[in-house]
Amino acid sequence: MPKPPVTTKPGLEFEIDARRGGFHLQVAGDFTDPWTVIFGPSGAGKSTLLRLLAGLDVGTLVRVALNGRVLSDDEQRIAVRPGKRQTGLVAQEPSLFPHLSVAENVGYGLDALGRAGRVRRVEEMLSLVGAAEFAGRRPQDLSGGQAQRVALARALAPAPLLLLLDEPFSALDGAASDALLERMQAWVTANRIQVVMATHDATDALALGAEVLLLEEGRKAAQGPAAQVLAAERTRLIERLGR
Amino acid sequence: MDLQAFLLTLKLATVTTAILLAICIPLAAWLVLGRARWLAVVEAAATLPLVLPPTVLGFFLLVLLGPRTAVGRGIAAAIGHPLAFSFDGLVVGSVIYSLPFALQPLVAGFSAIPASQLDAARLLGASPARIVRTILVPLAKPSLVAAIVLSFLHTVGEFGVVLMLGGDIPGATRTLSILLYNQVENFDYAAAMRTAGLLVVFSMVALILIYSRARTRLKPQGERSRA
Repeated sequence: MPKPPVTTKPGLEFEIDARRGGFHLQVAGDFTDPWTVIFGPSGAGKSTLLRLLAGLDVGTLVRVALNGRVLSDDEQRIAVRPGKRQTGLVAQEPSLFPHLSVAENVGYGLDALGRAGRVRRVEEMLSLVGAAEFAGRRPQDLSGGQAQRVALARALAPAPLLLLLDEPFSALDGAASDALLERMQAWVTANRIQVVMATHDATDALALGAEVLLLEEGRKAAQGPAAQVLAAERTRLIERLGR
Repeated sequence: MDLQAFLLTLKLATVTTAILLAICIPLAAWLVLGRARWLAVVEAAATLPLVLPPTVLGFFLLVLLGPRTAVGRGIAAAIGHPLAFSFDGLVVGSVIYSLPFALQPLVAGFSAIPASQLDAARLLGASPARIVRTILVPLAKPSLVAAIVLSFLHTVGEFGVVLMLGGDIPGATRTLSILLYNQVENFDYAAAMRTAGLLVVFSMVALILIYSRARTRLKPQGERSRA
């Protein structure tokens, strides 16, 4: 019997109110695009927002729903724990497990798969991010950029429904970052993974041509297509190149 | 030297250390991973044996485990004899007495692991038990060794609790430190010297073993051996 299509509204819906010392994050959103960018200067609350969406932190009032499934709702006292939300997060720091090899790191979230399936998925993920040749290495033998690639592969491996990226390419140089971004975009589209990426880099946001939420001092300043919301940033970048 | 007392001391320290690990690994993980404010109370209670005089602890245990309380009567009914003045009673006393010595290194070791790594494990669906087994314990191995050695040696050197709770029963509760006390009371200084010397040498050798291990860990970064 097919499940009735109740409120399976696709996408990510959230309403967040959280305080961190003197900082107040108060933002709501409704992301339906497969790829959304949260753009804002450092200190705007991007990382805090992603951590709250991932269920790692608590706020004053948090409501998060993914494809109609309520993940957090303080009023209803719902708080699905991080590992059960089908949500992945790649933080700014790769935070790989230092005592495990690269392959073991990527395989950490694949307990549900059998041994053979796990090996295959790890290989697939490592080649996706261009880190296949590091499989046997330890995290401390990787460069910053390599570690970020592995962290990305580790978060993608369990095929989450939602992938949160917090400045995931900051340690990669421009060309490498562009190539990786392109491969990733194709992969997440094929696997129907929704991505929310936080960045303070306008070029990344513009290159993706995605929906952008402009976050300033914990508030939503604007939301819309990149070319529109980041028009000023774009002009500034072009002017700088023209000089 | 009294071999029986020596073996009894080793047995007591081994059993106590094993029980302490089984209690303190989950307890330390709970203290580090948990967010509830009242965990401070749990940590304070677990540290209390460190600041209380051992005789106070032994006295409370003697009263609690004796026939005057429901707890003491319940235990006596369950195991067939009262806990006080028995080896089992000594184990209970030693576990409580050495608890901070096992718990503190583990809490320190677990706390030193970056929270971002624990978050990563959580996000990948690891249960608390799996995080303890695959992240906390492997990454805090030196702290685990410290917890084992400290609780073992602390139990070897225990006196006040044993005296209050165990009395002086050869083969059951007469440990090296009690033996030493008896020898001094009987003015048998030669025997006392041997017992005291044995305790010093034993503890010193064990400590040298840990510290030499710790030093090799700090040495050159070039080679990384997998233990």
